[in-house]
Amino acid sequence: MSDHGEHGAHTEHIVPVSTYILVFLALLVGTALTTWIAYIDLGKWNTVVALVIAFTKMLLVVLFFMHVKYSTGLTRVVILAGFFWLGIMITLSCSDELTRTWEIVPQGWNMIIPFVSRLF
Amino acid sequence: MSTAIAELHETPAESGVNYLNATYGIRSWLVTLDHKRIGLLYLGSITLMFFVGGMAAVLMRLHLTEPQGALFEPETYNKMFSTHGIIMVFFFLVPSIPATLGNFLIPLMIGARDVAFPRLNLMSWYIFITGAALALYATLSGGVDTGWTFYPPYSSLFSHTHVVAVALGVFIAGFSSILTGLNFIVTIHKMRCPGMTWFRLPLFIWAMYATSLIFVLGTPVIAITLFLLGMERILHVGIFDPAVGGDPLLFQHLFWFYSHPAVYIMILPGMGVVSELITAFSRKKIFGYAFVAFSSLSIAIISFIVWGHHMFVTGQSIYAGLVFSVLSFLVAIPSAVKVFNWTATLYKGSISYEAPMLYALGFIGLFTIGGLTGLFLAALATDVHLNGTYFIVAHFHYVMVGGAVMAYMGGLHFWWPKITGRLYPDIWARIAAAIIFIGFNLTFFPQFMLGYLGMPRRYAMYPSEFQVLNVMSSAGASILGIGYVIPLIYLIWSMRYGQPAGPNPWGAKGLEWTTQSPPLTENFEEIPIVTEDAYNYASEAARV
Amino acid sequence: MSELAAHGAHPPGFAHQYEDIEQQRDAGKLGMWTFLVTEILFFGGMFTAYIIYRLLHLASFIQGSHNLKVVYGATNTAVLIVSSLTMALAIRSAQTGRKKGTTISWLVFTWLLGAAFIGIKLHYEWWPDWHEGLVPRFHWFYNGPHAPGVEMFMVFYFCMTGLHAMHMVVGLGILTVLLIMTARNKFSAEYYAPLEISGLYWHFVDIVWIFLFPLLYLIGGRY
Repeated sequence: MSDHGEHGAHTEHIVPVSTYILVFLALLVGTALTTWIAYIDLGKWNTVVALVIAFTKMLLVVLFFMHVKYSTGLTRVVILAGFFWLGIMITLSCSDELTRTWEIVPQGWNMIIPFVSRLF
Repeated sequence: MSTAIAELHETPAESGVNYLNATYGIRSWLVTLDHKRIGLLYLGSITLMFFVGGMAAVLMRLHLTEPQGALFEPETYNKMFSTHGIIMVFFFLVPSIPATLGNFLIPLMIGARDVAFPRLNLMSWYIFITGAALALYATLSGGVDTGWTFYPPYSSLFSHTHVVAVALGVFIAGFSSILTGLNFIVTIHKMRCPGMTWFRLPLFIWAMYATSLIFVLGTPVIAITLFLLGMERILHVGIFDPAVGGDPLLFQHLFWFYSHPAVYIMILPGMGVVSELITAFSRKKIFGYAFVAFSSLSIAIISFIVWGHHMFVTGQSIYAGLVFSVLSFLVAIPSAVKVFNWTATLYKGSISYEAPMLYALGFIGLFTIGGLTGLFLAALATDVHLNGTYFIVAHFHYVMVGGAVMAYMGGLHFWWPKITGRLYPDIWARIAAAIIFIGFNLTFFPQFMLGYLGMPRRYAMYPSEFQVLNVMSSAGASILGIGYVIPLIYLIWSMRYGQPAGPNPWGAKGLEWTTQSPPLTENFEEIPIVTEDAYNYASEAARV
Repeated sequence: MSELAAHGAHPPGFAHQYEDIEQQRDAGKLGMWTFLVTEILFFGGMFTAYIIYRLLHLASFIQGSHNLKVVYGATNTAVLIVSSLTMALAIRSAQTGRKKGTTISWLVFTWLLGAAFIGIKLHYEWWPDWHEGLVPRFHWFYNGPHAPGVEMFMVFYFCMTGLHAMHMVVGLGILTVLLIMTARNKFSAEYYAPLEISGLYWHFVDIVWIFLFPLLYLIGGRY
């Protein structure tokens, strides 16, 4: 059965201007925040915080400016799939690039499950 | 012919109007928005590329009849195998079934009038032939000698061949596949006719959907990879150069992230075709529809997490090797499910042996061999011995030629009456299928043995003890070549002199068989309403 | 079914491979989202390479990041955020049936902000980078520590921001087409799909920059 018309939104949801303005202000605040924190030494947490803020800003743009909050499940699956696949590319590439110096030491649990001691 | 008057008094079937003769002239073909005509435009282009790539193969096999090489300098031989690989992979196999049969059939099979974005569809073809023309021009100007894999640092720093031009041709053609995949995904989601639920779709559509997922998710990565390679080569900035901290293996990761799923782009549509052929020529519904449908999706998804098996011996870490080896065994499972289900479909079916069925049966056997030998390569220990040898060459030719190309030939023959409105002479088709099967096995089975015995691939010369097997392989190649030329002749002949076909010469199930042959430009006079499952062969359909 | 889809009377912009305008709109949006997924993977390839090299050569990349001017990166981030707002308002203007002048105004603002982004980049970042000898291979006079790694960082900087800028330029082209279409009364409260779909593209390009800014400019130990 064709999907057209079945999700009921014959007219698209109209987002109030106030919502747009609020999201816009939040994005500006996020930008200022992430810039400010960059000048404070948090060690390795600088990267984490910067990425968390970036993800939050992205979420705001996606949900409100790109109307995904008012979109079908299919749209969300498509977006998630894109990021998931990017994640696969990064993760599995890193599984090689970051483990070049790992040696196999066949003793203990490593004899049964190689590298297991590396993971715990 | 006065079509205006004809429309008033006759049905389209009576007046003989169809998508081929609705408008005339080259221009009407070059600006067409009809998915069927675009499919034929692709058919012409990829047939040309097939014979160019095949020419390179013929020259290679002639060269390899002698241990010291019969025809070329080693540098030229390197260009031969590179050209053969690049043209066959990027300009024949990847677009073959999707762009020709997919474009033609998908709207018909789902009961739609066209794809979601017809202008994008035409643009895809123009992009494809631009990329192909550039690659052909670069090939004729000297080509590349890097292999189809373009590995740096050779391709970026040391090769004196037309790397950038050929890579650009591939890059451009990649956009063609991305847009085709995008078009198919939206078409299948949004344009199915009333009653055509997901689980009533022909399995060819499931296979094309899964293939389109790979097009969309994988192809952009090879695009950016070739872009970075081009940057390094043109600007001499060391992105993959170890001397400045770059990693050649990073190129390989990015390259194979696409290129492994790409091989599933090449085989999944073939599997979809085989599902259609097996059911039609056993006159029986598929065994385990849902399993076959989900196996297509599983193959597409799992194909993205196994690419490191191409890098077991190139310097990848042992840890990554372990991970990719385990995952590579996983990907064999859905393929096996399909083979079991096709076999179960055949069981107690009412089987006939027209040419399409011969190709389908050949596919099942040859794909099984190719797939099983892939498992030899997924195991780390055996891969160390077999990597870089002719075993690999034999493995992938079994799946790509014994598998994908045979499925393509089978599909071409099966839907030929629908596409052209003509029947081809089946006796010649069966003879050609047999010649192809014999020639194929004679070409590539000896290569398994050569690889196991240690003959390296991509070498212009070899130790003399391998000559017998090489000559056998070359003899097989000449038979295989003849086998491919014969259909070219009778299929073209049939377009003019073949017996006119009715709407459903095979008595097959599927919406495409409910329309006239060739179909109307708008596919259906009225959009169909589907009430039955796919492959509903319980009720006999009269052959027309 | 839409009340406009009376037999034979389809709204403007209707394409005949579809059954009705809703199907066409759904298909258009799904198509653009699918295209954006391909863009995620396209940029993603470079992000993957960047992440790996950053993890392997952290000191060089931190050093390289210090060559970038945060004030202009931050300003440009704000510029793009404003442009996303104006784009959203342009679409809303068409969606709510405002006069075409309103939609055109918002589209013009978006266009100007996009052009400003590129202008700031060229004038305050890339041109000075050239002068300071920070362009790999072509004008490279860096004498500081970790020179090879810093050069690699700058290669990625120019490739990633360059690719992003190319997408901005395409976006400007799309906006120009939309401006012309709006001026020619192609859009209404019933049919504004090209605006909406182009908006998705524009917001996506903004999101890429939202990640480029911290990754390239900010996580370089600036304390």
